[in-house]
Amino acid sequence: MSGKDKINVFPSRGAQSMMKTRLKGAQKGHSLLKKKADALQMRFRLILKKIIETKVLMGEVMKEASFSLAEAKFATGDFNQSVLQNVTKAQIKVRSRKDNVAGVNLPVFESYQDGSDTYELAGLARGGQQLAKLKKNFQKAITLLVELASLQTSFVTLDEAIKITNRRVNAIEHVIIPKIERTLAYIVSELDELEREEFYRLKKIQDKKKRLRKIKEAAEAALKAKGIAVESQPASILEESHDEDLLF
Amino acid sequence: MALSEKAGKLIAVIGDEDTCVGFLLGGIGELNKNRHPNFLVVDKNTTVGDITDRFHDFVKRSDIDIILINQVYAEMIRHVLDTHTTPIPAVLEIPSKDHPYDPTKDSILRRARGMFSSEDFR
Repeated sequence: MSGKDKINVFPSRGAQSMMKTRLKGAQKGHSLLKKKADALQMRFRLILKKIIETKVLMGEVMKEASFSLAEAKFATGDFNQSVLQNVTKAQIKVRSRKDNVAGVNLPVFESYQDGSDTYELAGLARGGQQLAKLKKNFQKAITLLVELASLQTSFVTLDEAIKITNRRVNAIEHVIIPKIERTLAYIVSELDELEREEFYRLKKIQDKKKRLRKIKEAAEAALKAKGIAVESQPASILEESHDEDLLF
Repeated sequence: MALSEKAGKLIAVIGDEDTCVGFLLGGIGELNKNRHPNFLVVDKNTTVGDITDRFHDFVKRSDIDIILINQVYAEMIRHVLDTHTTPIPAVLEIPSKDHPYDPTKDSILRRARGMFSSEDFR
């Protein structure tokens, strides 16, 4: 309970109500962040499951695609170099859009066809059927891989977001809220202390006044007994001109 | 510039000859105006440095969103892949003709491991 682990404020009623509001705010924020973390976690699990499924599927699709490549090569002869040298414009492109999950932007890729097939005439002489099958298989693989890529980016982004959110949740739970609570306790204890002091001071003043009045009354009684009647005026608050300050 | 930003992004491939040919026939190959292709054919003369350099090039290029890489070559430049943490471009490890896919080597799945029991991987 040193001065280090509480907020540096002057202990007053104003500061106390301010701290109470801050505590409320922190608690609200904590519950909201917790909900966000849960939502992200749920989505994360979903994506993870999908990734694993898709990766397994990818293995099969790629195997099929490689096999059809071998088939096409058998039918057409080696066309590797002619394909590698004839690259011009991409036919399949990817566009990305954003998917919003609890305030986290997840990129989602979509593949789309753009322009014509560069290798339209490949396999014209022979093996056209096998080549068509090969193209179809690889396009299927590409679609799957694009899907997998968006899942994977979502995975990475979500992983990061979850880490940040959890860090914030823990910070609020274990640092900020206890700090505010300690500050509140400090303010309350300090205010109590002030109140006790005030009370004691009032008692002391009353005591002193009582004693002074007794002395005065005794003096008056003595005078009265001697016969010198000092008819004291009935005490009036309005007329009492000077009330001496008491200092301790 | 804004127009080209809107336009579709490319898929890059780093792989052996057959993988590249397959994906090119699938229609992802493109030469940009400097005549740089978006694929790298790895053969027995290609060094690890070449792969690393080309991978860095692909990562830097703004028109590439997805990088496909054969797992064999991904293994070679694993240290580079592990330092690549930004979500875009996404790096995807794919099986090649001669090397079946091993989920335990994948950077992403390695991170995923521990969150799921081992039965989920089969």
